[in-house]
Amino acid sequence: MGISVFLILFPLCCAPVMYLITNDRLRAYVTYVAVGIIAAASVALTAQWAMNGAVPVMLYEETEAADHVILVAELLLMVLVTYLCFKHKKYWISILSIVPTLLIARQELSGAKPMTLCHIYIDHLSILMCLIVGIVGSLIVVYAVGYMYGYHMHRKDVRDNRRYFYMLLFVFLGAMFGFVLSESLLWIDFFWEVTSVCSFLLIGYTKEPEAINNSFRALWMNLLGGVALAAGILYFARSMNCVSFHKLIEFAQMGEVPATIAVTLIAFAALTKAAQLPFSTWLMGAMVAPTPSSALLHSATMVKAGIYVLFRLAPAMGETATGNVVVFIGGFTFFMASIMAISQSDGKKVLAFSTISNLGLMTACAGVGAHETVWAGIFLMMFHAVSKSLLFQDVGATENATGSRDIEDMHGLLYRLPMLGFYMFIGIAAMFLAPFGMLISKWSALKAAVDRNNILLVMFITYGSATTGFYWTKWMGKIISRSHETGERMKKDVTQKNEKFSLTVHAVMMIALCVLMPWLSGHFVDPLLVEMFGKFTNVLPGMILVMMVLIMCIVLAIPIPAYIYAKNQKTNYKLNYMSGINTGKNNGFVDSFGEEKKLWLTNYYFDRLIQPDKMMVYCQLLTAAVLAVMVSFVLGGVLV
Amino acid sequence: MSIKAVISVIMYILLAPVAGGLMEGLDRKLSARMQGRIGPPILQPFYDLRKLMNKQVISVSVLQSSLLLCYLALMIFTGAIFFAGSDILMCLFVLTTASTFMYFAAVVTSSPYNTIASSRELIQIMTYEPAVLMAGVGFYLVAGTFSVAKIASSSTVMLTRMPGLFASFVLILLIKMRKSPFDVSTSHHAHQELVMGVKTEMGAQNLAIFTITEWYENAFLMGIVALFVVTSNPLSFVGAALLCAAVFFFLVLADNACARVKWGQMLKMTWLFTFFASGVNLLILMLIR
Repeated sequence: MGISVFLILFPLCCAPVMYLITNDRLRAYVTYVAVGIIAAASVALTAQWAMNGAVPVMLYEETEAADHVILVAELLLMVLVTYLCFKHKKYWISILSIVPTLLIARQELSGAKPMTLCHIYIDHLSILMCLIVGIVGSLIVVYAVGYMYGYHMHRKDVRDNRRYFYMLLFVFLGAMFGFVLSESLLWIDFFWEVTSVCSFLLIGYTKEPEAINNSFRALWMNLLGGVALAAGILYFARSMNCVSFHKLIEFAQMGEVPATIAVTLIAFAALTKAAQLPFSTWLMGAMVAPTPSSALLHSATMVKAGIYVLFRLAPAMGETATGNVVVFIGGFTFFMASIMAISQSDGKKVLAFSTISNLGLMTACAGVGAHETVWAGIFLMMFHAVSKSLLFQDVGATENATGSRDIEDMHGLLYRLPMLGFYMFIGIAAMFLAPFGMLISKWSALKAAVDRNNILLVMFITYGSATTGFYWTKWMGKIISRSHETGERMKKDVTQKNEKFSLTVHAVMMIALCVLMPWLSGHFVDPLLVEMFGKFTNVLPGMILVMMVLIMCIVLAIPIPAYIYAKNQKTNYKLNYMSGINTGKNNGFVDSFGEEKKLWLTNYYFDRLIQPDKMMVYCQLLTAAVLAVMVSFVLGGVLV
Repeated sequence: MSIKAVISVIMYILLAPVAGGLMEGLDRKLSARMQGRIGPPILQPFYDLRKLMNKQVISVSVLQSSLLLCYLALMIFTGAIFFAGSDILMCLFVLTTASTFMYFAAVVTSSPYNTIASSRELIQIMTYEPAVLMAGVGFYLVAGTFSVAKIASSSTVMLTRMPGLFASFVLILLIKMRKSPFDVSTSHHAHQELVMGVKTEMGAQNLAIFTITEWYENAFLMGIVALFVVTSNPLSFVGAALLCAAVFFFLVLADNACARVKWGQMLKMTWLFTFFASGVNLLILMLIR
């Protein structure tokens, strides 16, 4: 099981190497080898763990040397953040880093030895996270090699600092593995801070004023979460003399007050990481970063760290005040973010809002704290990681090829850039259409919400899935609409081979996940739930799966033969109907002066009805009030 | 699957288009009488369909017919899930997927009238989705199961427990069956500001496929209406038939009595009505459970 440590250390060791190699080509090859090793190692860890009976494994009870290294690294991180805050005159943000770090340091240096089961804990949930980070993460890094080349070709204004970029990606991968494998809360806190800082640095990559501004917003929000996390951990450590994550949940389930308080504070931290309202704005701002970092950190993996923590806390949250607040925040975010997504035409912004929205649904699933909802949440997480990563990469590649990531400019993408158009179509379909797993998860979440008599969540899910369907479907319609430039292919598909490789693997994984879902449910997710809740009832009736297979057959088997048939059939193709003012081509019409006008079709964005900026403020006020009430209740409990 | 389920699915596949066609014929006749006209024969929709099938195939897009076939297949499948007595919530989710394919078939042409109408079609889908899903949830709360077979063989008349959910379901039937005041994306009448809306670029066989699919859909929707009344008592089928007839008459009457609203009004009216009628109904069901 040494692989687990290898997974944490290897990416961290690769990072400085990346920075030292100045030759682009050489660095590309080293990157391929490194991520190949990382992906293989995560699979190997899974295999080794499965071979040992897939039971929870606890490693490293005594880690004094490692603890010291982490403490020093934590202090260095604090110094770095403080330096950058002062450099950019955002002095107050540094407090959010200094205070928790010093408090943690004091705790560690005080000589008290809080009990922990072990330092590394490998169970189903951490294996799942490792696979997501190891496989999806590695593919995104492969994609990044090609993308960043294209990015600097068409963004001459941005200084080419790719060495630094790759270094951060590898640091992040290492931290992410550390985060999901750690059992000691002190370690978790450290890796949490590292991912926050990586995200901050990557958002500011272009060094433009907007990027800098957004990066600091992301920093303070994530650090605020870090403060809550540290506070929760320290309070728990002081009162129970324990820093074990699993023990914390056990104590909270038994109703120990300090543990319940710690759960609340950690859940608060998780909400910031998962970009839930009122903290959603940092994720929107993060979209100024180059696409690979958006895909890796701000959609596929880092934000999932928040969800991961919430899943861990789920058994302790069911039917508690904290749980109810988390459900409310999650459900509300799911609905509101999907409404805001309707008004966006920038592809990346739609993806960002949809990420927030889906994370909201997962958050709500965790907050309910029942095994059915966690089942749904786990599947949402898997499908979301793969399909969002696919979509982000696809939009990035499209932007490199066409110079625009606006959805309106993707009209007829399927005909102009067939591969990118097709993959984008699959990626979007996977987000909400039958037979893909997101839909089954939504079905299961809705059922569980009804079972728990949670009317609020039922409302959020029914209205939210209507709005979610709307913004996705209109995007899909854009892709398949016949192009305004009929017959003219795109200038050139400049997508690099490595980008194509990553996209194709993602698309294949998407389909495979869909086909393998029943098997995954029975062999992986069910045992995971048993581990978590100690009991399990079958969530997914076999009938549903049969239906999904049939729908899959319909969707795959009908269009293709029908298309071939229609192509060979003797059909009289005519121009579109335009009240008789056609010009002879489909992309124009004759105006009242007898002159030709170009035809341009656009989607509805409801921009008068939905004003995201305004709406966001109201939503933030409301959710902030709810959170404030929750936290004050908890703190009030301490004082009394 | 039991023999009974297989038989009812086969019956559905064979008879639903007949029922749908008759409904349309009846609709035209009733509308005509309401307007003081004699109206076409009841079988007119079938004559129209035969004529469409024999016409020269004229199209503007290669992809359209395959997407329409997908729409048809998914719609038949939706109804099959329902009449096989399977999971109603999943059936309603698949219904949305089917409607999505209808949208694709319209938008794929890049024709101006079609594109505007298909955007409106999407708004319609968004408008009715909450009411439809909540109706499914309501059945689950009353009967304790999503299985259509078990809901239909329970001893309670669902309508007595879920009047609010039923009211919003009838309201969204106006949208689904393309009746005024909510026929914003296309209608059965010649008076539509967007030429023929989503049907503008559909001709000959494609229009025939579209029509048959709508018939399947309408028959299936009437099935859901019937589910509000059907119980283990065989006599309840009479009640169900009466309810369907009453709802149908209401839809035709509304179609003839109302002016078309703008999509924004449709969205607001329906969502608010659903929120209060269905939401309160659900809340009460949860409380008395």
